[in-house]
Amino acid sequence: MEVISEIEEFINIGIPVGDWIENFVDFLIANFGEVLGAISEIIGTMIESFEGFLFLFPPLIFMLIITLIAAKVRGKELAIFSLFGLMLVFNMGLWEEFIVTIASILTSVLVALVLGIPLGIVKAHSKIVHLITRPILDLMQTIPPFVYLIPALMFFGLGTVPGVIATVVFAMVPPVRLTYLGIKQVPDELIEAGQAFGSNWWQMLTKVELPGALPSILMGVNQCIMMSLSMVVIAAMIGAGGLGEPVLRSLSTVDVGLGFEAGLGVVILAIILDRLFREE
Amino acid sequence: MKNKIEVKNLSKVFGPRPQEGIELIDEGFSKDEILAKSDNTVGVRNVDFSVREGEIFVIMGLSGSGKSTLLRCLNRLIEPTRGDILIDGDSIMDLNKKELIHYRRQKFGMVFQNFALFPYRTVLENTEFGLEIDGMSKEKRREKSRQALAMVGLEGYEEQKPDQLSGGMQQRVGLARALAVETDIMLMDEPFSALDPLIKKDMQDQLLELYEDIDRTIVFITHDLDEALKLGDRIAIMKDGEIVQLGDHEEILTRAENDYVAEFVQDVNRSRVLTAEDIMSKPLALLYENQGPKTALHKMNEEGLTSIFVVDRERRYQGILLIDDVKDMLDDNARDVKKYCRQVPEIDPQTTIDELFARLADLDTPLPVVGEEQKLIGVIVKTNVIANLASEPDEQVKD
Repeated sequence: MEVISEIEEFINIGIPVGDWIENFVDFLIANFGEVLGAISEIIGTMIESFEGFLFLFPPLIFMLIITLIAAKVRGKELAIFSLFGLMLVFNMGLWEEFIVTIASILTSVLVALVLGIPLGIVKAHSKIVHLITRPILDLMQTIPPFVYLIPALMFFGLGTVPGVIATVVFAMVPPVRLTYLGIKQVPDELIEAGQAFGSNWWQMLTKVELPGALPSILMGVNQCIMMSLSMVVIAAMIGAGGLGEPVLRSLSTVDVGLGFEAGLGVVILAIILDRLFREE
Repeated sequence: MKNKIEVKNLSKVFGPRPQEGIELIDEGFSKDEILAKSDNTVGVRNVDFSVREGEIFVIMGLSGSGKSTLLRCLNRLIEPTRGDILIDGDSIMDLNKKELIHYRRQKFGMVFQNFALFPYRTVLENTEFGLEIDGMSKEKRREKSRQALAMVGLEGYEEQKPDQLSGGMQQRVGLARALAVETDIMLMDEPFSALDPLIKKDMQDQLLELYEDIDRTIVFITHDLDEALKLGDRIAIMKDGEIVQLGDHEEILTRAENDYVAEFVQDVNRSRVLTAEDIMSKPLALLYENQGPKTALHKMNEEGLTSIFVVDRERRYQGILLIDDVKDMLDDNARDVKKYCRQVPEIDPQTTIDELFARLADLDTPLPVVGEEQKLIGVIVKTNVIANLASEPDEQVKD
């Protein structure tokens, strides 16, 4: 028994992981303030532009546009669902939050894809990048998303911008992974055919690998959207607007009705987006 | 004739330390020994050969013999470990990446075992792939691709996706893709192996037909000696990464240089020992000696025959009665068929096809196959022999 307690004492030397991370974050803030500011600026502008654009449409017009798109892309059923779903959201008085949520999701997904897909491509071609990114991606995906909120808050303050940043970190993993997987799954014979007819690397990428990986990449896009949506409520904790905000408010006031209404809004948005951006 | 491709002392070693493998090759160790000693796998071992301009050069071997590796060395899809490859007299080993890409576009078309068609492209888009890569304008490459598709008999399928086509048709697209680029050399990696036998035969015929019209040098890989003999002007047989024999049909078939080749060839020649018994068919109708001309006529009419074999009650062979003989009998009002029937020489069941061939040539009637106790056990008509020739075309035609 004595040995065990000695070993325990030995193990319990108190590695200051938390301190290290804190120092690292402090270091980033101190030295890369301008970079962080620029990022914040870009993201903020994107969100505002999307919001501005989406608010241009009167709610009824917006509903009709979505319904038409749904009808065109997926058919009658989704169109009907979209129309009634959107009317319900409007009816519950959550229209403004709904549009704000769409704007921040569009921003998050756009940034996540712009970063994620190229990273997936590089990862598929470089063993070193693959080995380096693998544990990082595991970490990004498994750490409880609440944890992202703290550094996001420290870097970017309160508001929608840190919410989007935290969302990007969380939602970027599937596009990276599925782009990588899609390219890796292109059959060797197709790669050989590409080479045999004299493709250079760019032709190889654009005419053989990416078209072959497209179904997988689209799945990554879909998952990215879904994961962004799941961050909506969480990001509200650091002041991100949208449908998460009434959920949070209802939590503090124990307002079951409001909570459910906002939750329902998220569900409706999730279903519409999922069905629209899915490879069938 | 000019040499299109020359391969000089080419070796390919796969593994952690290829150079070590090369040294072991030079010291004379076998493939297995080298694997055991150094973890390196010998793909191709000191291979020397040249392909003449405009010929179909077949590389044959079983799986693992290194034939596919050798083929891929020719356009450097696989980098050779040592040796030299000359195309039109110029070495392609010194080409840098960019030059190699250019060279592949100009010189090589390739057809793959599992077709390697792009599933997301239509038939036409697949066919134009090589031209697109080469930067040809859309109109021009469309036109050329349509021509290539017409050559392989796929007009009207331009807008289909590959998965809508059968295997044979898919490989036609593969062929069209290689034809469209109009390169001098076509590399074909077991192109017909994945097809079922009838389609395979069609494709071989079509390739030979196309070959008449196009001015190409073809390097063709196969594991099937029949195919090699049918298509190849010259055949190289590979084993364990080495070429164990190289020659035309005659040399391969008649002068096997080692047991490995002999074993291959024996497989083909088995049909040479096929006997009358193996190929004969059952007579459609028999006339018993006590039956009259009217019965003979009736039986012949019923089966659409122009002749009928006559047997006694024990089924012993007596002769053959032709339709003209039956007419004579009716005219003469005769009844005894034995007097009118002819004696066609009988065939022993053990006679080989080769011998039969000579005897059938100047004969219009079927041959009776007669077994023990003079019993008629079967008949051989020309079509029996021809059908057997058709399934084993090469080695018979040569004789």
